[in-house]
Amino acid sequence: MTIALPGVIALVTGAAGGIGRQLCKAMTAAGATVIATDLAAEASGIDAALYLQHDVSSAADWSRVVATITAQHGRLDALVNNAAISIVTKIEDTPLAEWHRLNGINVDSIIIGVQACLPLLKAGGKARPGGASIVNFASVGAMRGAAFNAAYCTSKAAVSMLSKCMAIEFAGLGYNIRSNSVHPGGIQTDMLESIMQRYVDIGAVPSLAVASAGVIANHPIGRLGRPDELGGGVVFLCSEAASFVTASELVIDGGFTAM
Amino acid sequence: MTTQSATRLAGRVAMVTGALRGIGIAIVERYLAEGAEVVLADLKADSDPDVLAVMQRLGQAASYVRVDVAQEADWEAAAKVVRDRFGRLDILVNNAGVDCVGPVETLGLDAWRRIMGINVDGVFLGTKHFTTLLSETGKTTAAGSSIINISSIMGLVGYSETSAYNASKGAVRLFSKATAIEFAQKRMAIRVNSIHPGFVKTPLLDIGMQRWADEGLAPSAQALIDGLDSATPLGRIARPEEIAGAAYFLASDDSSYCTGSELVVDGGWTAQ
Repeated sequence: MTIALPGVIALVTGAAGGIGRQLCKAMTAAGATVIATDLAAEASGIDAALYLQHDVSSAADWSRVVATITAQHGRLDALVNNAAISIVTKIEDTPLAEWHRLNGINVDSIIIGVQACLPLLKAGGKARPGGASIVNFASVGAMRGAAFNAAYCTSKAAVSMLSKCMAIEFAGLGYNIRSNSVHPGGIQTDMLESIMQRYVDIGAVPSLAVASAGVIANHPIGRLGRPDELGGGVVFLCSEAASFVTASELVIDGGFTAM
Repeated sequence: MTTQSATRLAGRVAMVTGALRGIGIAIVERYLAEGAEVVLADLKADSDPDVLAVMQRLGQAASYVRVDVAQEADWEAAAKVVRDRFGRLDILVNNAGVDCVGPVETLGLDAWRRIMGINVDGVFLGTKHFTTLLSETGKTTAAGSSIINISSIMGLVGYSETSAYNASKGAVRLFSKATAIEFAQKRMAIRVNSIHPGFVKTPLLDIGMQRWADEGLAPSAQALIDGLDSATPLGRIARPEEIAGAAYFLASDDSSYCTGSELVVDGGWTAQ
């Protein structure tokens, strides 16, 4: 039993983002064949065997991605649902259409993605000790509320519970597919930078520096996380070493939610 | 940041309490396989045949120190031994624990104090007496030192007639978070996390199940274990090495941003 991914076929969504790139790098280094997907037609510098354009809120796109994986590998061992967006608005200023768009990308994507990938994941689960693994990116926002992030936090809480329900259901049905959620704290990414800029735009804080200091102050470890500090957790969850880990929440937050 | 080599804990020193059996020995074997030097701590005397047999099997990278985790003097002595022998400690696994079963109205205060002494005082004392060495060591490594406290799903949810065990494991859960925050805010380079195993096929479980059977609560220990298998969403209880995998992750640099976290390894039990 190792924490490595030899021979593993993995799909990582949101692969062109700050966290996604590091996930691909970590999983590839651990021995996986990574299929990386994101919105852009093309992407460079991603450490993966294949890149595919993929709007995760589109069932048609999932069908296309699944068809490619089916043709090339015939199974999927690890599905990493990482793609997500954030909107930072006051509740009274949040258009319902934006709320729906966010939930389409952050939540609906997982149910349609898992539906599309299930035959491949079942095949993966049969082939591997420890089973196939679904890793769903939630957030500390699934556990703690935050001003101006109602849509994001609500969506991530949904991801967390969806992850548990899938885990229980698939275990009961004997699919040999585990499902867990990852809950990062504040990670140094362009997304977090834009969230903090929005705090300034809304008038919640006077400057980006103040916003940044405030976010860091929520992390007892005294710094934001680096995108490369999430890959190890994902590799663990996808590995045989995590064979009894299902329906769990892996918190990687520098102590944020322990306070 | 992830590699497949089996020497990812090379140069690291780990101490594991309750190390002679069950989850403890599985963690010891995992750390040794990853290249660490491991100090086993348990109740038996150094000269005990069981200890000698285990140490013979584990080889040069393993050593043994007798520790009753409820006794502060034993921890003081162990801290001195580890400092003198290795000059460092990277990983402390507070695994030693006992169970205690019975209705709360007949639970003896002495039984309550015994389990609290081992399961809670033990974690406190281990943390207390190794904090300085762990901090010194942690400041020399990229991801810092790691304390891993073995709590339980019973530190998260209640269970009938295990109130003392529940209380002790709940205490371990919050002690882990409190020390995680304290060490992080003081930049002491020690991460602290708890692991919450579900039911695991260990000698402690077998003994506990037998005791329930003996008390007439079930026809046999095996019937109880069968019941636990079927009550777990994954359809079976865990193997000790499945807890060791989690203990390895939290010991490794891959978990550098994990502190104050709870890693639940329960086959879905508490998610139901």
